[in-house]
Amino acid sequence: MGNNKLTHLKELEAEAIYVLREVAAQFERPVLLFSGGKDSIVLVHLSLKAFYPARIPFPLLHIDTGHNFPETLEFRDRLAETVNARLLVGSVQESIDKGRAVEEKGINASRNVLQTVTLLDAIEQNKFDAAIGGARRDEEKARAKERFFSHRDEFGQWDPKNQRPELWYMFNGKKRMGEHFRVFPISNWTEMDVWQYILAENIDLPSIYFTHERDVFYRDGVWLAAAPFMEMKPSEKIEFRRVRCRTVGDISCTGLTLSFADSVEDIIQEIAATRVTERGGRYDDKRSEAAMEDRKKEGYF
Amino acid sequence: MEQTFSSKAYLDMELLRFTTAGSVDDGKSTLIGRLLYDSKSIFEDQLDAVKRASIQKGSEHLNLALFTDGLRAEREQGITIDVAYRYFATPLRKFIIADTPGHIQYTRNMVTGASTANAAIVLIDARNGVIEQTHRHAFLASLLGIPHIIVCINKMDLMEYRQDIYQSILDEFQLFANQVFPEQDMRFIPISALHGDNVVKPSVNMPWYSGGTLLHHLETIPISQDHDLVHPRFPVQYVIRPESDEFHDYRGYAGRVAGGFFHPGDKVMVLPSRIETEITSVDTLTGPLTEAHPPMSVTLTLKDDVDLSRGDMIVGVDDIPAESCDISAMICWMNPKPMQLHGRYALKNTTRDVKCLIQDIDYVLNISTLEQITGATVVKMNDIARVQLRTTKPLFCDPYTTNRITGSIILIDEASNETVAAGMIV
Repeated sequence: MGNNKLTHLKELEAEAIYVLREVAAQFERPVLLFSGGKDSIVLVHLSLKAFYPARIPFPLLHIDTGHNFPETLEFRDRLAETVNARLLVGSVQESIDKGRAVEEKGINASRNVLQTVTLLDAIEQNKFDAAIGGARRDEEKARAKERFFSHRDEFGQWDPKNQRPELWYMFNGKKRMGEHFRVFPISNWTEMDVWQYILAENIDLPSIYFTHERDVFYRDGVWLAAAPFMEMKPSEKIEFRRVRCRTVGDISCTGLTLSFADSVEDIIQEIAATRVTERGGRYDDKRSEAAMEDRKKEGYF
Repeated sequence: MEQTFSSKAYLDMELLRFTTAGSVDDGKSTLIGRLLYDSKSIFEDQLDAVKRASIQKGSEHLNLALFTDGLRAEREQGITIDVAYRYFATPLRKFIIADTPGHIQYTRNMVTGASTANAAIVLIDARNGVIEQTHRHAFLASLLGIPHIIVCINKMDLMEYRQDIYQSILDEFQLFANQVFPEQDMRFIPISALHGDNVVKPSVNMPWYSGGTLLHHLETIPISQDHDLVHPRFPVQYVIRPESDEFHDYRGYAGRVAGGFFHPGDKVMVLPSRIETEITSVDTLTGPLTEAHPPMSVTLTLKDDVDLSRGDMIVGVDDIPAESCDISAMICWMNPKPMQLHGRYALKNTTRDVKCLIQDIDYVLNISTLEQITGATVVKMNDIARVQLRTTKPLFCDPYTTNRITGSIILIDEASNETVAAGMIV
């Protein structure tokens, strides 16, 4: 008998691969939601592992707010090509042009919430029956209650008080016509796990995760990137600073960290020393106590 | 969070999954909050949010329970509705907590949290002692095969930290435990979650106790033997056929090892065809392996071209599981709509999907008295019952006490698609 120990990271990897294979086995038209952020990049890496030597048996779907960091888009296109995956893009701008979504107004306007409309439309149009996401339970209190296989009704809604029990590792993906599942293979990973995995597996990331100089401004305790579509208050002024992204989302709500970290090792040291959660810099979560819960019920990622 | 952080040490950590069970007001959320707070796993913005909420609600202390409250209804009612997962790490281990509600109507969530746990914390309020809920929680933990149970006698601060109180609760619990699960690994710790006694730091108020803090037990419980390492079991999850030029004839069987060890060259049998063949390779993206064991996810290739698909199983040639359509199981019913005798349900066992008929209800168990009530024709929500099932196709299964993966089943109502029961094969 050999050594039967797995390190916690290897065990989490095995769990995620198992979940990805369950998706491929139980659903007819799965899709991987790709944001360009590190969690979805890790998902692509895990998918390669799950189905090797075959190709990843589902396409990648990016919901594009039109307010992305250009580095993210370049990275996205290159990655899809490298792993030989089909890339689909759902455009929030298109949803707005068609009158399906209404642009928010005012100083804190963001297209973050509007993504839900585009996402649900894309799921319906493509008849996707499972959408794989990189959400983790440690990110936010509403997400702590998520299942691996999370059932959504025909309106894409989540009913947190009436979730299916999830026992052992038997996932129940049965559903009616028009319903779908959200699946979260890295549910049990923490931010530190993700970074350690990126380091251990030598996974490539968009450059904005590492230190760079950028025009930024400060609002309510968060550094935000200056961009033409970002409305600023008269009291706010643009500064040129060395920053990096701790999470990557739409420019309007991605908080930046003042940082000199230019390697994954540096970032790990920074996170180990930091006293603020990853989503602490997310402007979209600061709207109310239950901001994430409300968005999730409507069908957000 | 240490200032200097070693990635090498981080990569060496083990994973311990544990669940917490307690009745309403036993202080479960406070205990978890205390573990997170004292192990410095709470971030500043989380602490600020909880401080603000504590003040708003008029709490005297920092309300540690708020660290674990998730959904709006839970915050409003001050209760936990659903299983919530929490994470923290010490230099020795990473921990996943399945925080499950104690209300009787939410037993299904407790079973959910318990199903994957290595350890269970059962909380007892020192003021109330052992109550019916305690029996239910401990019994469920044992029934679900959780290898280690840690009984925390909480709110010792309200009982003047008295050893005689602790000892009488321990004795009473032990009496019940000896009857029901004499083999179970159990530990007892007197704590005050509110003040932190014996949670992360040893208590100065209870010098009569020297058995180690809760965190010490969580960090040192042996977990390497929690998997079935004896019986080779590989449920086929997905068949990988690249159909590319490079891997033209490749046919790999992807899955997660459920028991035993698999090596290239091992003689194996595939079920249900009972054909004997040999493992050619254990494949992964980063190259072939010389060995696979639980809970690894790998891809096996076989020497012979055999008929094998999802739901089938690769097993050791001299060590095959029971293959049967008649299954005895202890089930926990989890749905408001009761189980009917002679009812039909979809059944999952590992990756295998079949249908089943409830042939017989042997008895429904009264958990408090352990009385076996015979003659039942329905099994209601939160009931534990022993039933006889008849499946449309045979299952390849082991007793749950031998293997928690091949020995477990779930039942699904085909009208609602809901998971209605958890079952442990007897």
